[in-house]
Amino acid sequence: MLARTGHAQLDELFAAIPAALRLGRVLKVPEGLSEQEVVQHLGALAARNEHAQAGPWFLGAGAYAHFLPSAVDALVSRAEFTTSYTPYQPEISQGTLQAIYEWQSMLAALTGLDVANASMYDGASATAEAALMAMRVTRRRKVVVSEGLHAHYRQVLETYLGGLDAELVSVPRGPDGRSASAAERIDAETACLLLQQPAFLGTLEDVAAAAAAAHAHGALCVVTVSEALSLALLQAPGALGADIVCGEAQSFGVPLSFGGPHVGFLTAKAAHVRQLPGRLVGQTVDAEGRRGFVLTLSTREQHIRRERATSNICTNQGLCLLMATIYLALLGRRGLRELAELNLAKAEYAKARVRQTPGLRLPLAAPTFNEFVIGLSEPAAAALARARSQGVVAGLDLARYAPELGPTVLFCATELASRESIDRALALLAGSGA
Amino acid sequence: MSANATNGLAYEEGLLFEQSRPGRRGAELPAADVPRVDPRALLGPLVRDDLPGLPEVSEVDVVRHFTRLSTWNAAVDLGLYPLGSCTMKYNPKLNERVARLPGFAAAHPLSPAERVQGLLALFFDLEQLLAEIAGMDRVTLQPAAGAQGELAGIMMIRAYHEARGEKRRKVLVPDSAHGTNPASAALNGYEVVSVASGPDGILHPDAVAAVMDEQVAALMVTNPNTLGLFERHIAEICEVVHAKGGLVYGDGANLNALLGIARPGDMGIDVMHMNLHKTFSTPHGGGGPGAGPVAVKALLAPHLPVPVVARRPDGAFEWRDDLPGTIGRLHGQHGNVGMLVRAYTYILSLGAEGLRRCSEMAVLNANYLLARLEDTFHVPYPGTVMHECVLSDRNLADTGVTTMDVAKRLIDHGYHPPTIYFPLIVPGALMIEPTESESLEGLDRFADALLAIAEEARTAPETVRSAPHRTRLRRLDETLAARKPVLRWQPDDAGR
Repeated sequence: MLARTGHAQLDELFAAIPAALRLGRVLKVPEGLSEQEVVQHLGALAARNEHAQAGPWFLGAGAYAHFLPSAVDALVSRAEFTTSYTPYQPEISQGTLQAIYEWQSMLAALTGLDVANASMYDGASATAEAALMAMRVTRRRKVVVSEGLHAHYRQVLETYLGGLDAELVSVPRGPDGRSASAAERIDAETACLLLQQPAFLGTLEDVAAAAAAAHAHGALCVVTVSEALSLALLQAPGALGADIVCGEAQSFGVPLSFGGPHVGFLTAKAAHVRQLPGRLVGQTVDAEGRRGFVLTLSTREQHIRRERATSNICTNQGLCLLMATIYLALLGRRGLRELAELNLAKAEYAKARVRQTPGLRLPLAAPTFNEFVIGLSEPAAAALARARSQGVVAGLDLARYAPELGPTVLFCATELASRESIDRALALLAGSGA
Repeated sequence: MSANATNGLAYEEGLLFEQSRPGRRGAELPAADVPRVDPRALLGPLVRDDLPGLPEVSEVDVVRHFTRLSTWNAAVDLGLYPLGSCTMKYNPKLNERVARLPGFAAAHPLSPAERVQGLLALFFDLEQLLAEIAGMDRVTLQPAAGAQGELAGIMMIRAYHEARGEKRRKVLVPDSAHGTNPASAALNGYEVVSVASGPDGILHPDAVAAVMDEQVAALMVTNPNTLGLFERHIAEICEVVHAKGGLVYGDGANLNALLGIARPGDMGIDVMHMNLHKTFSTPHGGGGPGAGPVAVKALLAPHLPVPVVARRPDGAFEWRDDLPGTIGRLHGQHGNVGMLVRAYTYILSLGAEGLRRCSEMAVLNANYLLARLEDTFHVPYPGTVMHECVLSDRNLADTGVTTMDVAKRLIDHGYHPPTIYFPLIVPGALMIEPTESESLEGLDRFADALLAIAEEARTAPETVRSAPHRTRLRRLDETLAARKPVLRWQPDDAGR
């Protein structure tokens, strides 16, 4: 082989690299390991992490423990999906393309909007990209943001807007947990009003009122969803007037995986499609008139438009999008709705128990979906540690996120929570179950 | 024809929605052990009526549907996938097994650090390994893909200049760069200035010097570049940029050529991303997820995204977000962790010698293919290449056959085409990256196919121009798709 290249030594192939730039030593990387050794080493690291399959789990806050049907992993493990890449050559990528088209169709239906793109990195970057898109559509520079937005999403939004001529204005949380007085912060410079549904603390916002307030000043209404299952129960934000609906679809069959890979989504009205970031799949026909699918409207994208693209995104979260598409197909029209109602029932049961439990309270009065705030009578860290000592992960300590509420935890009850485990977790939080 | 694919049984398969029948479902829910709640009674007008856009299909329907769809895809596990600059190497099955361990796959991003020490230890170790491989000082694992890594790098460069009281407004990008480079710079508010490559396909210090001034925040450079050529003047170019106070960003898309041989940090690069889905074997997943860790020199370390992993004196690991100069948080959680686990697995499997061997074989394979093809196809920049080679359709001009036709005809031979019409500086480019995963016999079959197509362009050009012939669908009408966008199925499409 080497001779065919016209060289005598392998090293000659690297002659273009000046000697001074060669490493000239062996990398300080351990010697290679056999497959068995790697499995043992990584298995030991994995064993040092608590996880949602080990016991009762009530921690959500943007990453949700739901049951994963067996068919999802079996299908996405097919190498034809796993080891292919971006469907640039449509004749040999129809599997990926048709699945993305089905995803776009289902996401548009769930959010009540016209078009969905082929995924963003995560809910946080989808939110930041939605704000940038609203700024392009309106040619305005102010983004009015609810404090109900996940703190990490807010931080990512600040990072993305950091180098730009943009202004962030906060909408405070009212006493019942919903955003209050958004309207008075919106003006003729406002590109969008951005709120999360359900809000980070689990409360349900009045999207219709928010959209009306934004539209009164010619601004867009952007709704971020971090618990996508809520879309199966709540009014589609698009039907209530939202112009862009974005967020995180991890709840649709994607493993927690310590926070990623998950799957961001971004949906919008057809009128704004030219400002949409990311890839889009469209229907077309082949040379013999048969239906097929291709990447389309790519003049928005970086590989064509370069510095004038709507975003720099290239590689996205394709395989996670496929997981979500398969999950949505399995659950389907009835199953997804019933699952959402089951989540609601579990959380409402837990809320009822909280009301009956001395030492626990519900500080926020607004309605919720599957996640809500519990007030405690001692520091949350102590209560959560007590629960963990009994193998129960009983929620998120809100000391960092909402200190003004006093000692509180954010408690999430999905279909995985049994009645007995809810009772036990609440007893542990109240200090009576250890 | 020297095909390695023959006709097989190909299934037709409609959209999920067209198979929907009322009452069918593919998943059963557990019985409720808590009282049922009437959502309308509880939430009133907040509740929607129905989900008419979702299908009603059985589990078998779903399994057959997606299994059939999968058979319409080309994939690395089916054959050579020589997409230039994408490094479609074999993805070891071990990676998949490890990433599915519940201690990784079911771990929660908001668990307290002391409860996820195995993951923090992995982060810490992977950062050290990537820093050593890149020749840099620190690494952030947050970026979800190469383009987000570029954005992070540009933001850190901005923060660096601003911390020194400087507001620079321009970023230099060579004309051979990936489209993400200018897009990333623009997304962070920079004006993009293009730098022309020299007649030999590489950047020259004088070309950079001609546009370099105190308004330039950074030069973004890919090395090896998208022609597969090593930027041999890189050290001098870095000096030119540094002399005017600028920094140099390295696009690590082509790092697969350099593992254990040369390190971007030693060339003067200040900050770079690595594509774990390219160089470090995490699967491409039909378009993602990837991961784009960013490595920096010490001067940019104060500006890393937060949180960062640190080791305490007692040996335990913790998250730190008290970095005064940080650009902030870039990912909603900790990045595409499942990809980090796979890449870590790959590095541990190969070890130092294995990594070097991988780059040596990737470069040998690219040069072997070039040697087999250079007498037939036009080579715009002749000579030894690194991990990929770029050909063009110029020698076929008199046949009417274009690069697009050659690419489509390759499909009939059972190959995914190379990257085409990129880099933009080569008209009709065919950018071929075989990676280290291919054997001599596999490379020969691929070269034979390309040579057969070149011959066919002379003897039967219409056959090439109308390819592919053996796929389920023929060439697709992309103009129609863009002119009349149909971007979703809707319930009233049912009768179509």
